[in-house]
Parts: sequence; C-alpha cells; structure tokens
Amino acid sequence: MQIKIKYFGMLTEITNCQEGTIDFSGIYISELLEILYVKYPSLKNKEFQVAQNQQLVSGKTKLNSNEIVLLPPFSGG
Amino acid sequence: MSDKKTKNVFIQGAISSEFIGDSIAKHQTKTSIGAHNIFLGQVRADVVNNKRVSAIEYTAYEDMANAKFQEIRKAAFEKFELTCMHIYHSLGMVNAGEICLFVFVSSPHRKTVFEALEFIVEDIKAHVPVFGKEIFEDNSHQWKVNN
Repeated sequence: MQIKIKYFGMLTEITNCQEGTIDFSGIYISELLEILYVKYPSLKNKEFQVAQNQQLVSGKTKLNSNEIVLLPPFSGG
Repeated sequence: MSDKKTKNVFIQGAISSEFIGDSIAKHQTKTSIGAHNIFLGQVRADVVNNKRVSAIEYTAYEDMANAKFQEIRKAAFEKFELTCMHIYHSLGMVNAGEICLFVFVSSPHRKTVFEALEFIVEDIKAHVPVFGKEIFEDNSHQWKVNN
C-alpha cells in the first residue's frame, strides 16, 4: 500500500522534499524506516522521532495509518 | 474560558506588543482574577562562529502541535486553579528582538500562576513539534536546538 511520509525541519534538507510516498507491504514502523534509509542514507545519522496518528511511536509499533511523519528534535519557543 | 475545543495556536510572523497588550486588556472584565503571569519568548541574536542570527523561521507539524497545545492546556487546568490561559506561537519569519511565543495564565492567586507558567512553557519546549531555522546575517542557516 502507498504510505505518505512527511518530513520536517532539517530532515527536509536530506530528502529535498516535505513529503513523499513509498510502496510498503510490511507490518512495523522499523521496516518502513529501513526502506527510507535505503532511499535517504543520511537519515541514519540524524536524530528524529516518528509520529503516527499525531502520536510519537517506536520502531516496534505496527503501522496502522497511511501517513507517517518524521520529526527532528523540537525547537519551539 | 472553555478548554474543550482545539484552538489554532499559531500566528504568522512575530507576535506584536499591541496583540499582547490587547490580550491583557480583555481580562479587565474577569474580576475573579487576582494575578496574571506572562511568558514572552524573544528571538535571540546568538553569535555562532562570528555570524549573528538575524531571524528564526518557524515551521511546525501543525495538526500534532495544536493537539499537543490542547493536551498541555488540559493538563494545566487539571493541575492548577487557573481562570484562563492563552498560548500563541509564531510561524514563519521572526526577526531577532521580536516575540515568537506568548503564554498568558490567570488565576485568583499569584502562587498558582508562577508555578503554572513554568510548567506550561517547559512542556511546550519539550513536547510540541515546532522547528526553528536560525537565519544568519549572511543568509546561511542552522537548525535551532532547545536545551
């Protein structure tokens, strides 16, 4: 299935875009990240968190949304 | 003041002193309030490697950020005896010296607002997905990191 991936902050400088789609047939967030690391090897060296349904999730979480968001360290205020 | 609906906390550009002044004035009718406390985050002209920050450009994962602001708001009302609270955060460019975060809490008593304001501001810094790009005077940039 097609998963929309959104990128924020410094991550957009690695991906050169704010969102993209990937074809994914796995189960876990970690599997999705492996695909992204192949597409964008520099992502591996960056600190970021993953959000699904507006909640932060770990790699062990099952994918249950067609939109995943990658968030670098927060720096509001 | 309702704490139920999800509000949009974001304002495009800097938060003006007129806006802040108007917000204070609007509370004159709420006479159960005995104490206000206000936090204003201001863009600092840090110098890094001899380059000075001239502005910060803010972006946010807005849906999640507004939901987080709502959670923070709910937690603050549960934890403290607040009459009302308001949070505004900038998006887009904010120049050094301008205000990018405005948190305003009101209560019958002063001790409550001192404690509540710190709780709220620290929670915002740690948990709301907002990202600051520090723009230097020569137009190069670095990504802000909260300590």
